[in-house]
Amino acid sequence: MELTKATLERIADIEDKIHAYVTITEDIALRQAEEADDCIRSGNITLLAGVPVLIKDVICTKGIRTTCSSKMLENFIPPYDATVMKKLKAQKTVILGKGNMDEFAMGSSTEHSAFFPTRNPWNLSCVPGGSSGGPAAAVVNNEAIYAIGSDTGGSIRQPAGFCGVVGLKPTYGRVSRFGLVAFASSLDQIGPITKDVTDCALVMNAIAGYDPMDSTSVSYPVPDYTSCLNRDLKGLHIGIPKEYFVEGMQEGVKSALEAAIKKLKELGAEIDWEASLPSTKYALAVYYIVAPSEASANLARYDGVKYGFSEQKASSVIEAMEKTRQLGFGSEVKRRIMLGTYALSAGYYDAYYLKAQKVRTLIEQEFEQAFEKYDALVTPTSPTVAFKLGEKLEDPMQMYLSDVCTLPINIAGVPAVSVPAGFVAGLPVGMQIIGKPFSEETILHIAFAYEQATDWHKREPKI
Amino acid sequence: MLQLWCFWCIKMKLDRKQVEHVAWLARLGLDEAEIEKFAVELSNILENFEILDQVDTADVSPATHAVPLQSVFREDQSSPSYPQSDILTNAPREEENCFKVKPVLE
Repeated sequence: MELTKATLERIADIEDKIHAYVTITEDIALRQAEEADDCIRSGNITLLAGVPVLIKDVICTKGIRTTCSSKMLENFIPPYDATVMKKLKAQKTVILGKGNMDEFAMGSSTEHSAFFPTRNPWNLSCVPGGSSGGPAAAVVNNEAIYAIGSDTGGSIRQPAGFCGVVGLKPTYGRVSRFGLVAFASSLDQIGPITKDVTDCALVMNAIAGYDPMDSTSVSYPVPDYTSCLNRDLKGLHIGIPKEYFVEGMQEGVKSALEAAIKKLKELGAEIDWEASLPSTKYALAVYYIVAPSEASANLARYDGVKYGFSEQKASSVIEAMEKTRQLGFGSEVKRRIMLGTYALSAGYYDAYYLKAQKVRTLIEQEFEQAFEKYDALVTPTSPTVAFKLGEKLEDPMQMYLSDVCTLPINIAGVPAVSVPAGFVAGLPVGMQIIGKPFSEETILHIAFAYEQATDWHKREPKI
Repeated sequence: MLQLWCFWCIKMKLDRKQVEHVAWLARLGLDEAEIEKFAVELSNILENFEILDQVDTADVSPATHAVPLQSVFREDQSSPSYPQSDILTNAPREEENCFKVKPVLE
């Protein structure tokens, strides 16, 4: 209860500077905190009992407005809970509210929220990254103890890197997507955003596992993710894929990464600087065909009939749909619906979507081959630190490029975690650790050893 | 100048008419400014996709799932669905327990 009250006070003090929250559920939080206290008193303790969480506003919360930061769902109240919500509620966690994001998770800066942009607590003129910008900003700013995000092309890891917190995208199929508002179904995955690696492991223990409600979730056994956290990296082989040190990368990010990799070596890991994933250069094109194609199909459901925004000043049922979608969606969502509809339309399907899915197979195979040699791969999370608000808003290709290091991981479906690895001009740098499918334990082990040998995660923005 | 303009037209992968057609397929209303903007922006983005033409995918099958999955069958058991009233709570318009839309037939 004290923790919940302290966090709510922090939100009241600081939120008008950050705008991390779309909805604050103070009454629910206080009630849940009381229930959690009762459980703890009766000796019924779970590890997340009473711990306050912020949920990205793309995950359905029964009875709590779930907007996807879109005008389309501004007043949508889900009649059911996502599977992750059921699991977290069973742990007696405390729900503080819903986190701001790019509309329907499409974006890399949270500027595409239909309501307001979120600001980076390290520098209020910079973006927090996206699309899970609200959750990442809240966690580093003590407006939440941890957060749950979603990641389709970097939406957990890139904001975690920009805000200096830990963000994990699990293996595709590791966490149930039931109740996650669909963006690109073959790429979407839910994961934790936390202050440190131990918290990340604890949250994974709570949310991972097969779910009959999500046919793409996998019934692979769930280990205790905290049991792998030790400080020694002896015997681990880590590859550094040279293609990820891209042109246009900030010099400071590069040197921070090189120092971090040296640290991994000191901790006992064997480093190979010559690892290579040559198809990386195709990943951006593959992603921006596959993700918008799937999005255009998924977002067809917003027709103004069953739920959500509805415009009826129209002469026919079709015109009503067109107007509903014209007024309900923001510009980036429209851009991707257009791109995806084009890529899937008659005569273009083979040239775009099918071609992209074939190149995707090649990218997956390269990761498979790399993991025959290495236990993990290490790259920067993003080529730059957080950029200024407005800097990339008018240039979609530049915005897409800020995910160039994270989106190949979704294409391959493998897990990856971003951990704080230094600062450039007062802004955090993220290191991305990538593993083979279902090796979250290995990448969390490496992340933990690195974190314990450094103090980046202990620094807090002065705000 | 005319030459330059023609060159630009040839370079543009999507013209106005195509943008309007795609918007129709997506049931997405667009205003004049958006049609102009998307013709340029989408052409630009599509050009960036040409990099994939370099890849030989003749013997490659398209990706499905990150890990090999087998179809599983569950017992054919019935279970209760959500109550009708819950589902209709978010309906913009309803009548007699149904979603209400504009007339479909003349």
